Amino acid sequence: MGRAFVSGLGGMITLDEMKPGEHGVIHKNRARGVIGQRLMDLGFFPGVEVFVIRNAPLVDPVEIKVDGHHVTIRHDEARFVEVEK
Amino acid sequence: MGHKKMHVALAGQPNSGKSTIFNMLTGGRQFVANYPGATVSIKTGAFSWQEKKISLTDLPGTYSLSSYSEEERITRDFIIDQSPSLVVNVMDASNLKRHLYLTFQLLELGAPLLIALNMVDVAEKRGLKVDADALSKNLHLPVITTVGSKGRGKNELKDGVIKAFDSNLDHEHLHIVDYGDLESYITDLSAKLLQSQIEESKVPLRWLSIKLFEEDEVAQKLVSSNFKNPEDVRNYVSKICSEFERKYDDTPRGFIAFRRHLAAQKIEKRCVVKTKEVSVTLTDRIDRLVCSRIWGPLILAGIIYLLYELSIVGGYELTNYMVPLLEGFRNAIEKFLPIGTFLREPLIRSLVLNVITSINSVLIYIPIFLILFALIAILEDVGYMPRMAFILDKLFRRFGLHGQSTLPLILGGVFVGGCAVPGVMATRVIGDEKARLATILIVPLMNCLAKVPLYTLLISIYFAKEKALAMFFISTITIILALSVAKILTLTLLKNRPSSPFVLEMPPYHIPTIRGVLMRSIERTWLFVRKVLTIIMIVAVAVFFLTNYPSVGEERINTYQKRAEQIKNVFTSKIQNTPFASQFKRDKDITRYLVIEERYKNQKRALFKASDERREKFEQRFAERYSDVYPLLNAKGKDGRALNKAFKVMKRERALLLMDLRDETLHGSFLGMAGKFLEPVTRFAGFNWKVNVALLSSLAAKESSVATLGVLYQQKEDGQTLAQRMKEQEKGFTPLHALALMIFMAMYPPCIATLIMVKIEAGGWKWAFIALGYPILLGMTLATLVYSGGTWLGLSGTQGMFVFYAIALVTAFLLGKVKGSVVETDIDEKTLKGKEVANL
Repeated sequence: MGRAFVSGLGGMITLDEMKPGEHGVIHKNRARGVIGQRLMDLGFFPGVEVFVIRNAPLVDPVEIKVDGHHVTIRHDEARFVEVEK
Repeated sequence: MGHKKMHVALAGQPNSGKSTIFNMLTGGRQFVANYPGATVSIKTGAFSWQEKKISLTDLPGTYSLSSYSEEERITRDFIIDQSPSLVVNVMDASNLKRHLYLTFQLLELGAPLLIALNMVDVAEKRGLKVDADALSKNLHLPVITTVGSKGRGKNELKDGVIKAFDSNLDHEHLHIVDYGDLESYITDLSAKLLQSQIEESKVPLRWLSIKLFEEDEVAQKLVSSNFKNPEDVRNYVSKICSEFERKYDDTPRGFIAFRRHLAAQKIEKRCVVKTKEVSVTLTDRIDRLVCSRIWGPLILAGIIYLLYELSIVGGYELTNYMVPLLEGFRNAIEKFLPIGTFLREPLIRSLVLNVITSINSVLIYIPIFLILFALIAILEDVGYMPRMAFILDKLFRRFGLHGQSTLPLILGGVFVGGCAVPGVMATRVIGDEKARLATILIVPLMNCLAKVPLYTLLISIYFAKEKALAMFFISTITIILALSVAKILTLTLLKNRPSSPFVLEMPPYHIPTIRGVLMRSIERTWLFVRKVLTIIMIVAVAVFFLTNYPSVGEERINTYQKRAEQIKNVFTSKIQNTPFASQFKRDKDITRYLVIEERYKNQKRALFKASDERREKFEQRFAERYSDVYPLLNAKGKDGRALNKAFKVMKRERALLLMDLRDETLHGSFLGMAGKFLEPVTRFAGFNWKVNVALLSSLAAKESSVATLGVLYQQKEDGQTLAQRMKEQEKGFTPLHALALMIFMAMYPPCIATLIMVKIEAGGWKWAFIALGYPILLGMTLATLVYSGGTWLGLSGTQGMFVFYAIALVTAFLLGKVKGSVVETDIDEKTLKGKEVANL
């Protein structure tokens, strides 16, 4: 848990800011309540690799490959996930 | 031991192939029931193995056992309250790690567990080899490998169930997940709970402690009701939680989930071997097209088109084969009903025939439903549904709906020709409660098949020149209005309903099994038939009385009786010089012949497509049964022609007489009174009392709107169509009237069958009443605006159409801009701060 304070030093962005084709490693899932639960259910944990596959035809939601499987979430929900590029 | 009845439950995450395992074990014999007070349905089945009877319950698919969704609560409560003898945890071998999250939670709940490691074939294709023995050792659980879709591992799994049952598994003291720094607090809290429990807890205390640290609502309630000093426990938990958060910059809940993730990772490492590197799967390649910016929407449109073409158009063809069947049924019953007199049918006869007609009008949709449900099952099994949601979510979310609202709206008839019943049934998958209710409430606004006859009738009379334009108007205005309604509903009535995030798995594509598809199609159609039939009967009886009572006064009946005598006298005098005269002496003889002649024609029509042999057989049987009058039916020669001619005239005169009587009865009936009572209000929408009666009687089933109008605008001359009659008899009726009526029909409240489905899917009659009430108000308001507003502005029907369309579009656009509520989440304050820092 020691890397909690690495944030803010550059490489850290939120998942909604990433573009299709980019990838990174999840640093933290800041969502609580039901969003936090659903994200964890589908494998959004620190240390897990994420790939942004594509945006939907109307830009939102976004398809993400997380830990080997594909998940679609809205940008509103993706902004809770901090990613190290 | 051997005599104990075994209750086995199936649990697993969505897309684990749980239902294929269920079908594999039970062979498809099943019973679907709604869980009390919930909209989630649970399937139960049974099978016998090694001389033991085993009942099997298919629990809803869940990712976790938190308290956030109905499915999760039901799965959890079922395991705690029903304490099944064994829980079979179905896992997707190609995605072992993620499926282990649930396994850990089931273990902590103390459920005796057996693992069905499913879809090993899919795993192999993706280059993953799962070592079942290693998995069994690591989890200390029996593991059976299966491929549910191909029936592989069936007997092994059944053997495993019996063996697991006999060995009395007890997992309570198995701690697979190590919660690290939280472990000591969990032990502490468990000890505290042990001391303060009032009676021995139904659930393992370790599980309860973990759940309390996860701040689970249901666990907190459990403590309040079953433990002494719940205050103490609560204080302890919140103290530890805030301490933990300060120290680790994470909630215990997040930490607990993370430790499960680590444990799963460890087990995966030990049990899964990568045999080859598959970088781009077939699914990836398909998705590049199916989810792409340009092709995605086009393919979606193509699928919608195919869905309509195959089910509605193809299904409609098939209804041609249903008609003779249903008519045969009606004719079979008709034979046993008393005949009555020339003027009056006995109550029992008209009532029974009325009820059968109503039932038939619903049963005729069975072929459409069978095809529709089979196609939906295919789309579900293939895995297209989440892709559909992915493509359209943005659009629907603007209006408070959800990407998963797409299918229900398509089924309801986004453009023209759907059915609200399967539409409402399909809302079940929508994970977002608020969006689900909104979708249920707007599906009936779509253009179902039954609305179409009235549209075509009105368009052919009043918009004959702009047919295509009017058809385009009516088939697109409904979705525009429905989206606005959905937004308004979610901003008002549904404001406080919980909303959930849009987090959907996009599973790899699968080839569906024929068996699975057929079973689901039949199961859903049967559910519809069973639920709807009884209520339809009750409603048909009610409508019958409302349209027939109070009946016409004695004095008026006498007038009709006189007319009847005249008609009969004309007939008997015309045939008095033929040899048949002796057979038509009494009223009874004439009436009987009328009924038999009708029966003969009906049955012959039902055999229209049958073989010559069958038709001959029918003639023979008919001749035997009615030997006295059969020769008259096809009587030839001079006398025969005279009889036929006289009979035809009498039949027509009688039909007109009965229609007059029916019309007068309807005038004076409760429904007629209601129609007249409402006229002062509906006048502003341009509806006279006749239209009111037609609209009121359509409440039972919309198909009858045209039929009722048919009665009201009765035929004066032979061969006049209803369109001609309406035009002739309603001189004051303008295209603007028609437009108002069409818009009212577009917003028409759902039929009884749909209302029943609304009650089931939304979970209460309250919703059915809302679904019934708001469209009436809305439709009336819009129709009034169109008619009164249009009259005031001096608009023609077509101009009114354009103005209304423009206003509706602008309204929808503006409503789409209004910000809806956001999913509730106590956002970590640091997120925003952290972001600001990062941006500096």
